[in-house]
Amino acid sequence: MASLKELKGRINSVKSTQKITKAKQMVAAAKLRKAQAAAEDARPYASRLAEVMGSLASKITVSENSPKLLAGTGSDKVHLLVVANSDKGLCGAFNSNIVKAALAKARELEAQGKTVLFYLVGRKGRAVIRREHPTQIAHMFDTSDVRNPGYDEAERVADELVAMYEAGKFDVAHLFYSKFRSALLQEPTDQQIIPVPAPKAAVQTADAVTEYEPDEEEILAALLPRYLKTQLFGALLENAASEQGASMTAMDNATRNAGDLIKKLTIVYNRTRQAAITTELVEIIAGAEAL
Amino acid sequence: MPLHFELVTPAKLVRSEDVHMVVVPGTEGEFGVLAGHAPFMSTIADGALKVYRTENGAPEEIRITGGFAEVGDAGLTVLAEHVEG
Repeated sequence: MASLKELKGRINSVKSTQKITKAKQMVAAAKLRKAQAAAEDARPYASRLAEVMGSLASKITVSENSPKLLAGTGSDKVHLLVVANSDKGLCGAFNSNIVKAALAKARELEAQGKTVLFYLVGRKGRAVIRREHPTQIAHMFDTSDVRNPGYDEAERVADELVAMYEAGKFDVAHLFYSKFRSALLQEPTDQQIIPVPAPKAAVQTADAVTEYEPDEEEILAALLPRYLKTQLFGALLENAASEQGASMTAMDNATRNAGDLIKKLTIVYNRTRQAAITTELVEIIAGAEAL
Repeated sequence: MPLHFELVTPAKLVRSEDVHMVVVPGTEGEFGVLAGHAPFMSTIADGALKVYRTENGAPEEIRITGGFAEVGDAGLTVLAEHVEG
């Protein structure tokens, strides 16, 4: 059995771990609220843009002359997997779930004889993907110097993706991120972003004829990159909220486990202490009787 | 009759209010939108929106980049990537 001193040391170290996890849990709870508010603020723009895209897409027919972002390159040999992770750990299985989903997709695509490339956003997940696919990482986008990935980051990622797409580096892009369902539940999600899946046509509300300036095709071509940005931005926001949610749950569990461990160790500590006292007493009494 | 004007960026809803008229710098020329304008969509050149709250008042200017305007039954909605000020 461990000595009293050792036990005391362990109890103290678990206690300080618990303090850290508790603090992280509270920080995550506060950040979660903020992240959720940000996600809500972004909703009007995204829904309006989707509506506009829907009504535009219903008016034109997709042909070879359509913008490449909508019509595709005509082949689907090279797939780019855009994997959005967080920069920090301490959030349970959040990052590994996303990476797992991406790797599963990669295997599936490779089994079909396609080429797979990775585009990584965020610091976590790099190591795992690099180990499995060391030569297939097209780019690693760094978000560690900004506090909360925002629209500027989404814009930069989208610009790079579009440039790569136009240079013919890939044919199809999938985005992996975690959808925020609740603080307890985050779903790793796979979404095709390039070619842009045609948004569902909005329900025609008024039959008034809408005028376009310039014409529908040109507006659509101008809006496509913006739509892509909005989708990336939405994904980054969902990811941020999911990360905090996952972090909160993971840290809550950790705090509770630490509490349990402290209770158990304290019982062992007290038992050992009592056993030592009893032994001492027995020794004294035995000594007194011998006299 | 007032015109309902909304200015939305990816980060948030910047404005949602009733105004008299908004002059929008469309890519193919400026256009003013009053209440009851026909349904209309246009991309916007980077520049300033002029918002007239009252008929004779001085306009308020809002600089935007990467914009898109939609006029419908509900009024004027401007989607902009960036808004200054």
